[in-house]
Amino acid sequence: MRNPYLPYPVRIDAISVETEDKNLKTFKFVFLNPADEQKFAYKAGQFAELSVAGKGEIPIGIASSPTEKGFAMFTVNKVGLVSSFLHSMKVGDVMGLRGPMGNWYPWERMEGKNVVIIGGGFAFTTLRSSIIYMLHPDNRKKFKDIHVIYGARTPGMLLYREELADWERRDDIHMHITVDGTSDPNWKYNVGFVPAITEKKAPPAGNDTYAIVCGPPIMIKFTQPVLDKLGYPHDKIIMSLENRMKCGIGMCGRCNIGKEFVCKDGPVFTLEQLNQTPREY
Amino acid sequence: MKTIKIEKSQWASGLEKASKAFRLIGPVKEKEFHSFKPLTNGAQPDLTCLNTRLSPKSLVYPQSEVMFNYSLDEGREDHHQMKEAAKDYSPKAVIGIRPCDAKAFALVRMNFDTPDYQDPYWLRAYESTTWVGLGCTSPCSSCFCTSAGCGPYHEEGLDVLLADAGDHYLAKILTEKGATFIDAAGWKAAAPKDADKALAAMRAAAEAKITSFVQTDRLKALPNNDLYSASFWEDVSFACINCGTCTYSCPTCWCFDIQDETRGTSGVRMKNWDSCMYPLFTLHGTGHNPRGTKLHRVRQRFMHKLKYFVDKYDKGIQCVGCGRCVRLCPVNIDIRRVCNMMNGFAASGEACAIE
Repeated sequence: MRNPYLPYPVRIDAISVETEDKNLKTFKFVFLNPADEQKFAYKAGQFAELSVAGKGEIPIGIASSPTEKGFAMFTVNKVGLVSSFLHSMKVGDVMGLRGPMGNWYPWERMEGKNVVIIGGGFAFTTLRSSIIYMLHPDNRKKFKDIHVIYGARTPGMLLYREELADWERRDDIHMHITVDGTSDPNWKYNVGFVPAITEKKAPPAGNDTYAIVCGPPIMIKFTQPVLDKLGYPHDKIIMSLENRMKCGIGMCGRCNIGKEFVCKDGPVFTLEQLNQTPREY
Repeated sequence: MKTIKIEKSQWASGLEKASKAFRLIGPVKEKEFHSFKPLTNGAQPDLTCLNTRLSPKSLVYPQSEVMFNYSLDEGREDHHQMKEAAKDYSPKAVIGIRPCDAKAFALVRMNFDTPDYQDPYWLRAYESTTWVGLGCTSPCSSCFCTSAGCGPYHEEGLDVLLADAGDHYLAKILTEKGATFIDAAGWKAAAPKDADKALAAMRAAAEAKITSFVQTDRLKALPNNDLYSASFWEDVSFACINCGTCTYSCPTCWCFDIQDETRGTSGVRMKNWDSCMYPLFTLHGTGHNPRGTKLHRVRQRFMHKLKYFVDKYDKGIQCVGCGRCVRLCPVNIDIRRVCNMMNGFAASGEACAIE
């Protein structure tokens, strides 16, 4: 019997500070036992439990893409006990990784379709995974137009800024980067909240178009009416949820929204599915 | 499988023999209350006990259980890595468990034994145990097992069912595990010819003594979100103090937490019982809490047991009618009343008002 509570041992291979407030750091992990990387095979949209001996575990979306080999990458906001301790750890330190967990964005259903990614703040991690995955030469042809609407409070709060700039230069992805506000006179992208930019830039709704929405509750709250107005049907609006978790495998009982567990039946749901739940998230 | 007869005069000596092959556990009275304890040094299970105060779920699923050990000493090669804790899964037998508590394990198993993941701690402990149950001849007034998918002589989850027939027990052997235990105890007297009839009569007599019921027939068909939004949750949760007694005493509550505890450079990662009654259970790191009020939490408990579970597994309610939460709740919240309110929801005046 495989023990689903046992993490794979990993070593921190690289740490980078993502945002100007230094509250977000990206960690690259390598597996101590190379065979574990195979067992950790994942799809874009899944998450894992980062396990720090003596502190505990936190569920974090996988920011690396299945097309990136040799490491697993996570961007962690400094919030509680484990994430704060993680921020004090160094390259070379040993910890654990348990997963992958949960479902993923519906890649099979989205094949041959347009994909609009709408992200806000630091909920962009599994969206980065998704973009890297879709832009991979083996995969790009599987999708029609790709739009990305991504906003943060300020330019310095955007994650993965170098990659955003790279994607801006490509012609096979439509980037719509925005900030709530900036004093930078050289800022060449959008200024405005994500819902407003969505209304202006999102492609027309249709049976061929899926929207993946991932962001803070306030962004989701105001983006949904915009998508409704644009005519996006609720089974084409894909959302990824967060709830407090412990086990990550649908057993410990806390992350449920009705009979669905966010950790195991989610974290990815269509809005149509969420409408059937009490939405306790 | 067959039924045998165990003379009460052979009971203690049989247990003594069985203890060579099994660690025996049974209800023992300590001060005022019974609880399931190891029967060491010839201690006898007290079979007059109806329901132990706490359910026997801790026999499989301890309130606190170490999963892993770790060392933070960087001089050790395996520092900061989780190592499986040593466990004893040698055969044990639980004597005198009541049918409701045995059935509860079958319900909880659905949570811990899934196609995708198996909880090895729960499953190994469960599978290493032989369950020797005792039918209830005089159930408590708060028992409502017969309408909760169970009953005083219910067999699900048991390996042997004992029925007290005065000077002897009739022992219905239900599984191979049960047969192995009976062999180990050396009991082999054939049951009287009319044993099946006698058992059926005892069962019927016991069932007739249970006069408290829940109605569950409409729960599955009721729309989830309507039930969730019902106005009676305000009334149901009003007196609740979120003490968690209901969840800790319940044989079918399975929620848990995972915590690390370090002393010096070594520590343990453990599973601990947790409760949906506590705000911390669902509190986000940001301070947001999706079940931030006691109304949310009381509703979660009842919706989980009586609606989400019913919808998810289609195996009835997540309750066996043992009545512990009814007896122990300090503010007299009664799951039977809540269940009947939920089941009657659409027929109520409230539903008419919504329509």
